[in-house]
Amino acid sequence: MIRLSGLGLALVAVAACTPAAPPETHLDAPFERLQSGYDFLTPETQALQDDTFSNPGYLWVDRGAELFNTSDADAPSCASCHTTGLAGVAASYPAIDSDSGQLLNLEGRINTCRERHQHLPALDYESDALRALSAYIANQSHGLPLSVDISGAAATHYANGRDYFFTRRGQLNLSCHQCHDQNAGKRLRGDTISQGHGNGFPAYRLEWQTLGSLQRRIFDCDTGVRAEPLPLGSQTYIDLELYLSARANGLAMESPAIRR
Amino acid sequence: MASIRLSVPATAKRGDVIELKALIQHPMESGYRRGSRGEAIPRNIITRFECRYDGETVFAADFHPGIAADPFLTFHTRATRSGPVLFRWTDQHGESWQETAMLTVT
Ligand code: HEC
Ligand code: HEC
Repeated sequence: MIRLSGLGLALVAVAACTPAAPPETHLDAPFERLQSGYDFLTPETQALQDDTFSNPGYLWVDRGAELFNTSDADAPSCASCHTTGLAGVAASYPAIDSDSGQLLNLEGRINTCRERHQHLPALDYESDALRALSAYIANQSHGLPLSVDISGAAATHYANGRDYFFTRRGQLNLSCHQCHDQNAGKRLRGDTISQGHGNGFPAYRLEWQTLGSLQRRIFDCDTGVRAEPLPLGSQTYIDLELYLSARANGLAMESPAIRR
Repeated sequence: MASIRLSVPATAKRGDVIELKALIQHPMESGYRRGSRGEAIPRNIITRFECRYDGETVFAADFHPGIAADPFLTFHTRATRSGPVLFRWTDQHGESWQETAMLTVT
C-alpha cells in the first residue's frame, strides 16, 4: 500500500529511469489496448472485487438502493420518478444537463434531482448518502462500456479536462499524462501505475478503508505530486472526469471496484 | 449507520455443516490515527459480535482496534433444527444492531 505523502521519493526514481521524455503528442488513447485498473491488481484483490458478497463496496450499493426507494420528509422518492431504474445511465456520465446546459457528473446529477425535483438540499460531496446513491446507480451499468458524448456543449469541457490532464503541476512538476500514459505498467514504489481510468469508481480503496468517488482519487493523485488539489465537486474536476471517460470509452464499468 | 450483508443458506439438511458469513459496515477507527491537522481521530470500533442460532450462541468475537474497516466474518455451525439465525453487534458506546435470517432444516 502506498502512502501518498511518500510519493515524492519514488517519483524521482521514475523520472530518473524514464529516457528523455518524448515530446508530448497529446494522443488521446496512446495504448495498444485499454486496460482497466483491475488488470493491475493482485489475484487476491481481483477475487475480492469479483465476489459480490464479500466486496465491501456492495455495502454502499445496498444502502443506495434503500435510499433510492425511500422518501425523505415530504419529497417523492427517487424510485417514484425513476420507476424502471437507471440501468446504463452512469456509463454516459459526465453529461450535459439540457435544462441548465451544465456538465454534470453522476454525483452532480443526483444532487440536481434532489434540488430540482425533490426540493431537498444537495448532499455533501463524499457524504455517505451521496456515495451510496452514486455506487447504486453506477453498479446498474456494471459490465457496460463507457460511452460519454463529447460533442456539442460538452466539447469545451472535454478540452478543459484534457488540458488539465496534460499540464504539469505540483512540486514534482508531473502531469497525469506522464504517469498514466507514458509510464503505465511501470512500478511506483509498491504500486503499479495503471492507465488511470475511472471505470471502477465509486471504488473501495483499501488505503481509504472505505468507498470513495473518482474525484477523491484524482484529489489523491494531485496531492501525490504535491500540487494544491481542487475542492471535490469543482467544475474542472468534472471536466477532467469527462476527459478520463472519453479516453476510456468502450472500457467496461466495474463499480464498485476494489483498488489498493 | 449500520448496514450488514449476511449469507445464510435458506435450507440445510440436519447434521450438515453450514457456512455463515457477515460483512458489517463500520469504520473501525483505531484511535491511533491523526487527521491532516495533527488532531487525534477518536476511536470508534465495534467491540462485540455474536451469532445465535435458535437462541443458542454459536459464535462470538471480541473486536479490538487492530481490526480493519468493514469487518468480514466467516464461520461454521452444524444445522440441527429450523430457526432464526440472529447476528448482533455492539459498538464501544454500547449501541447495538441486529439482523436475523431464517434457516429451514430438512
Ligand atoms: C506520479 C504519478 C501519478 C500522477 C502524476 C498521477 N497519478 Fe493517478 N495514479 C497514480 C498511481 C500510482 C495510482 C494507483 C495505481 C493505479 O491504479 O494506477 C493512480 C491511480 C489513478 C486512478 C485510478 C485508476 C484505477 O483504476 O483505480 C485514476 C483515475 C487516476 N490515477 C487519475 C489521475 C489523474 C486524473 C491525474 C492528474 C490529475 C493523475 N492520476 C496523476 C499515479 C499518478
Ligand atoms: C419528481 C421526479 C424526480 C425525482 C424525485 C428524481 N428524479 Fe432524477 N430525474 C428526473 C427527471 C425529469 C430527469 C431528467 C433530467 C431533468 O429534467 O432534470 C431525471 C434525471 C436523472 C438522472 C439522469 C438520467 C439520464 O438518463 O441521464 C439520474 C441519474 C437521476 N435522475 C437520479 C435521481 C436520483 C438518485 C434521485 C433521488 C435522489 C432522483 N433522480 C429523483 C426526475 C426525478
